[in-house]
Amino acid sequence: MLNPILQVQNVSLSFGGVNALKDISFSAEHKSILAIIGPNGAGKSSLLNVINGVYKPQQGKVIFKDKSWDQVVPFEAARSGIARTFQNIALFKGMSVLENILTGRSLKMRSGLLSSAFYIGPCKREEVAHREAVEHIIDFLQIQHIRKTPVGRLPYGLQKRVELARALAAEPDLLLLDEPMAGMNVEEKEDMSRFVLDVNEEYGTSVILIEHDMGVVMDISDKIVVLDYGKKIGEGTPVQIKNNQKVIDAYLGVTD
Amino acid sequence: MFYREAGQFKASYKEDQAILPISQDRVGLILILIFGFFAIPLFASDYWLTAILIPFLVFSLAALGLNLLTGYAGQLSLGTAAFMAVGAFAAYNFELRVPQMPILISFIMSGITAAAVGIAFGIPSLRIRGFYLAVATLAAQFFIPWLLVKVGWFTNYSSSGVITTQPVTIFGFIFDSPSRRYLLVLSIVVILALVAKNLVRSNLGRAWMAVRDMDVAAEVIGISIVRTKLIAFGVSSFYCGVAGALYAYAYLGSVEPDGFNLDLSFRILFMVIIGGIGSIMGSFLGAAFITLLPIFLDIFINEAAAILGLKLAAGITSVIQLLVFGGLIIFFLIVEPLGLARLWQITKEKLRLWPFPH
Repeated sequence: MLNPILQVQNVSLSFGGVNALKDISFSAEHKSILAIIGPNGAGKSSLLNVINGVYKPQQGKVIFKDKSWDQVVPFEAARSGIARTFQNIALFKGMSVLENILTGRSLKMRSGLLSSAFYIGPCKREEVAHREAVEHIIDFLQIQHIRKTPVGRLPYGLQKRVELARALAAEPDLLLLDEPMAGMNVEEKEDMSRFVLDVNEEYGTSVILIEHDMGVVMDISDKIVVLDYGKKIGEGTPVQIKNNQKVIDAYLGVTD
Repeated sequence: MFYREAGQFKASYKEDQAILPISQDRVGLILILIFGFFAIPLFASDYWLTAILIPFLVFSLAALGLNLLTGYAGQLSLGTAAFMAVGAFAAYNFELRVPQMPILISFIMSGITAAAVGIAFGIPSLRIRGFYLAVATLAAQFFIPWLLVKVGWFTNYSSSGVITTQPVTIFGFIFDSPSRRYLLVLSIVVILALVAKNLVRSNLGRAWMAVRDMDVAAEVIGISIVRTKLIAFGVSSFYCGVAGALYAYAYLGSVEPDGFNLDLSFRILFMVIIGGIGSIMGSFLGAAFITLLPIFLDIFINEAAAILGLKLAAGITSVIQLLVFGGLIIFFLIVEPLGLARLWQITKEKLRLWPFPH
């Protein structure tokens, strides 16, 4: 049995007097889909930001692929195999879909200033090789028809898909998705769920996602972590969570 | 009708990723280059070469440098003229102090020196951005010309601060006539423009644009913001440095530190804005617009006055020129913030369909 790909141990994070996360621990298994749910302001996005190094937790540590860190920068998180998408689409607006996805592979590109300047040898080969890899992802996510379109012109649903493509381009071991289906209609949600499941199955990528649509969460995740006011109030399989009284209270409120 | 890409199929990614994937564009560029390299030196008058075409090319190069930094990497800079000054005086000193120094190597070294200075003045960009960064780059704009005046060594202790450039000789061939100097500048500009195009379509260019558009996302992808910004400052200043060296050696012949003032920096910034932020071709269009417009306005105003029978007071044309010039800049900022390059792009999209509506 392998160790979990990601272990979060006793992480606490506060901004001034506000405790965004209090002593959070959980783990994500290899090749699993883990969902983080919770009401607004529960600290879900903060938790993702801690995992890939955008925020530094005051306490606790994150162990990724048996490598522990307590002070990590996003650059290193990316290099060790974590990719993510953002809650509010964070695409590069001035570039085409193709360029956006190619940028996702920038860690794998090695050509230096001089070979790029004259577009010779390694640089030229590299551009073509990575283009090929990117085309596979474009095929996979079915966005062939828009590959040369500037991303600013695309509708919301497709932008979300391009962002997923950009994250996949890095061939990550762990994919963090911050509300990948927010604001989508049922059909788009179905498409997106299918892509997440396919990614997980075909590439064996572990996925951690934040999502508000309980139907989707219950259907696709192997494990669910529930946060409320920065605290973990539940962890388990979808069935366990469904019957967890604390979770029900947090979502529906309690009558005293 | 003429600008159709129908029937031009790409069989490999290499073809699809060519700089000009459409054959009409390739033919157009080749015609322009033939015109620039052969027709102009044969037929253009010395006045056109020295007063219009050489400065146009030199400013294009500087605008290109600024465009890489501001348009592609999103870092606003007002220090362009200062980096040009570094280039001009570096070339002068390399020629002066290193025996048997080939002039082309001096030009490259002037670019490298300017790049080093540019990186040093780019360090504030790691903490601040936008207008605040622009103010920080002003430090370069005031400090460098001051230093060049203050330390006599840079101007070889010339009492007025004016340096006169050495003759330009490459392999025994003297670039003394206007058409020869024009060809030298044109060759350097064409090569550096190609290099710029290559840089922006490679991984480095994408990193620049990523930092410009969304720096948090760029960092999460694994792009080092520090490195990317500093390389942008370095490459941009390299271009400005070479432009400065050419400004001194091929255009004016003698320069002083105070010539590289804030005015010049602003002129180059306007070229970038009018030509098109984030566009290689835009740098050339903007430089052409700003160098040629005053001349056309001058002719136009005088002609109009002659027709109307007015006698213009001395100096009034230059005032009208400035008014029209300022008006046009405001017009562009409002109507087409992406500049002439964007207009050209729209025209091309229209041309693809013309004469049919769809």
